[in-house]
Amino acid sequence: MSVIYILLAISIIVAVGFFIAFIVAVKKGQYDDSYTPSVRMLFEDELVKENSNKKILTKKINK
Amino acid sequence: MGNNTCFHCGLDATSSTIIFDEKSFCCNGCKTVYEIFSVNDLTCYYDLQQAPGATPKDVEGKYNFLDNAKIVEQLLEFNNDDTQIVTLYIPHIHCSSCIWILENLNKLNPSISASIVNFGKKNVRVTFNSKSLTLKNLVTLLSSIGYEPFISLDDYSVGKKHIDRSLIYKLGIAGFAFGNVMFLSFPEYFQVDGFWIEKYKHLFRWLMFFFSLPVVFYSAQDYFISAFKGLRSKILNIDVPIALGVLVLFVRSSAEIIFDAGSGFFDSLTGLIFFLLLGKFFQQKTYTFLSFERDYKSYFPIGITKITTEGTEESIQVYDIEKGDRLLIRNEELIPVDCILIKGTARIDYSFVTGESKTVSKQSGDKLFAGGKQLDGSIEVDVLKSVEQSYLTQLWSNDVFKKDKELSFTNITNSISKRFTIIILLIAFIATSFWLYTDSSKALNVFTSVLIIACPCAIALSAPFTFGNILRILGKKKFYLKNASVIEQLAKINTIIFDKTGTITANKETAINYEGSELSLDEETLLKSTLRGSNHPLSRSLYNILNKHDILTLDTYEEFLGKGIEAQYKDHNIKIGSAPFVGHTSDTATLNTSVHVSTNNQYKGKFTFYNAYRKGISQLFNTLKKDYDLVILSGDNAGERDNLTKLLPTKTKLLFNQKPEDKLEYIKYHQNEGANVLMVGDGLNDAGALAQSNVGIAISENVNVFSPACDAILDASKFNQLFNYIKISKSAINIIKWSFLLSFIYNSIGLYFAVTGQLAPVVAAILMPLSSISIVVFTTVATNMVGRKLN
Repeated sequence: MSVIYILLAISIIVAVGFFIAFIVAVKKGQYDDSYTPSVRMLFEDELVKENSNKKILTKKINK
Repeated sequence: MGNNTCFHCGLDATSSTIIFDEKSFCCNGCKTVYEIFSVNDLTCYYDLQQAPGATPKDVEGKYNFLDNAKIVEQLLEFNNDDTQIVTLYIPHIHCSSCIWILENLNKLNPSISASIVNFGKKNVRVTFNSKSLTLKNLVTLLSSIGYEPFISLDDYSVGKKHIDRSLIYKLGIAGFAFGNVMFLSFPEYFQVDGFWIEKYKHLFRWLMFFFSLPVVFYSAQDYFISAFKGLRSKILNIDVPIALGVLVLFVRSSAEIIFDAGSGFFDSLTGLIFFLLLGKFFQQKTYTFLSFERDYKSYFPIGITKITTEGTEESIQVYDIEKGDRLLIRNEELIPVDCILIKGTARIDYSFVTGESKTVSKQSGDKLFAGGKQLDGSIEVDVLKSVEQSYLTQLWSNDVFKKDKELSFTNITNSISKRFTIIILLIAFIATSFWLYTDSSKALNVFTSVLIIACPCAIALSAPFTFGNILRILGKKKFYLKNASVIEQLAKINTIIFDKTGTITANKETAINYEGSELSLDEETLLKSTLRGSNHPLSRSLYNILNKHDILTLDTYEEFLGKGIEAQYKDHNIKIGSAPFVGHTSDTATLNTSVHVSTNNQYKGKFTFYNAYRKGISQLFNTLKKDYDLVILSGDNAGERDNLTKLLPTKTKLLFNQKPEDKLEYIKYHQNEGANVLMVGDGLNDAGALAQSNVGIAISENVNVFSPACDAILDASKFNQLFNYIKISKSAINIIKWSFLLSFIYNSIGLYFAVTGQLAPVVAAILMPLSSISIVVFTTVATNMVGRKLN
């Protein structure tokens, strides 16, 4: 039954690991904006083709 | 997609004839944006959302102040040799298309390496290469695609704003400890007298003890601090019994494990703090994209154009303006300081400062005040006072802006908790003295049990969860409250004061009335054709209401800034504009804005512009008059008095020509008479009144732009719902009272166990979360039911 010491130690270490991960994530600002990432992940990147020779660059077009 | 709305911005495009790529556009600006996007393969912008765009505004010269290195340095978040990072606030951000286009800026300009949108705050953080792209280029680029950033004097703050995340940390720690302690206390709940449990229980207990240490000393510290402050100022607020309960729980539990008397109540302790913090977190709903603390700085530009003695223009920082400087104020620019007009014709719109809707024309040599907006072309002025000493800035030195409304208000929870605390302490002492006589060994046990079980967890949770949910419901209905205490204040209102201009009248809609001799068909056609060429706001509104005619091609057309327009078609001549301009001298003094018309030098008549009142105003006032005293307090002249008397219930008080200070004094006087005042206003001129009133609501046509410091922001389209919103706040108070009743029932059950001296840890562990969760469920369901009544 002494194995319970090892099990307890492991479980607490794992839990504390997750806890530290949570604190780090909050510190980095991952919880500051909870909406934008949910939209961002739905964008299809492949729709935008890399276009090397642009005809019009965005300079001010005289009206 | 119909052919009558603009493909880019969704506005009506029937009158324009711009078709490009088989899509219709309302103006060239929108078409240009579409061109830019299609050339750069960014048309996906239109797939995510229909017509997501905004018409780009002309920003020629507007951002010249970004050439000034000192100003740019202040705005940048990070500045290295060739990398610069800036966070720009963009009011137009409103949908997924916006996020998509702003995060793909690097496709438009390769110098931009990354751009990240924060939708909640409506800002975008752009990292760009400063060798090939300046901040000014970036801002003009954003403006050219319809995402003009809003840069005001407020952004000119040194250092970055610190984000307070401590509540999340506290909540995380409490939740983490709560879960683990629950786990560890499980074996002992069942009171199994086994060999193994005897052997290992000490380990489990000490582990629980260590888990709860950070919870008591870090997560719960706010309650201790607040209770201490309350006691010091002789107030029994709700945090006093909470702090007492937490302290007793911790001391008794620690004593129990030290003396091997039991397993303690660590699970209840951590659970209690976790739920309390959850309530706090839930109530902390803030509208990050709105600001309730604005002062004049949010309205002022950062930079202004100074004309040097050599006659060259340079951009300087507003704070650097000195007395005697010569400034250039462009069209639509705000005058930042008190000054004297030197060159050009000024037509100043002071509505923001005084509430007077009529624009004032000024001649060279006249004094101009800060906060006015120049409407006709550029003017040159000489500075009289620096920014800090100008009239508008002086408004903010009033003491009313320094007091905190929340401190002077005892909320419902605290008023209940005062009695509650006294009763609980009484019960504890009576029960303890009883046990001292009968069985003294149990006395201490009973005393602590009473304090533990009566810890007003459920009471402390009712208000945060009710108010938090109400805040969310109202937010969805476009009524944004600064914080929860505003709801309570709103429920106590008995007097409602409205500002007139921009509050009960709509800014954008005007009613136009024609007086004079009738115009012939030819004349009307000519009038319409002439107005078409003018960009003046009055011309635009007049053009829009005139009947459809064939548009003529005019022979001559000339616009005189600040006076009017003159045009010629064949042998017809027309003049449209101010009375002296069209040669009309016998102008009856009118208080409303009017445009006069003469053809072939013969006076025809005038179009008078009235502010249109918001929809449903008369109905709203009639519902409000039953329960509230109503007052209209306007900075405008009395020109609308007759109109208002017809429109509003008879007992509504009407006061005109009120200066900002007068409004403030009026409210103060009535508050001293015992009135609880709700002020509804919109401009800077109401700022003092909004701050003085018990609740100040700012009406806004577009919640992303200006609103003065206030307690709540109401979207103008929901103005007629005001009564329902006040009703909701009253229901919220009732819901809280019901949940107090519910928590008293729980407390009585718990007290029975405590007083009889049979409070086992397992009973506390069941009762505590059960009461908390059921209160949360009850308040959430009840508030949602109330919210559903709103259409």
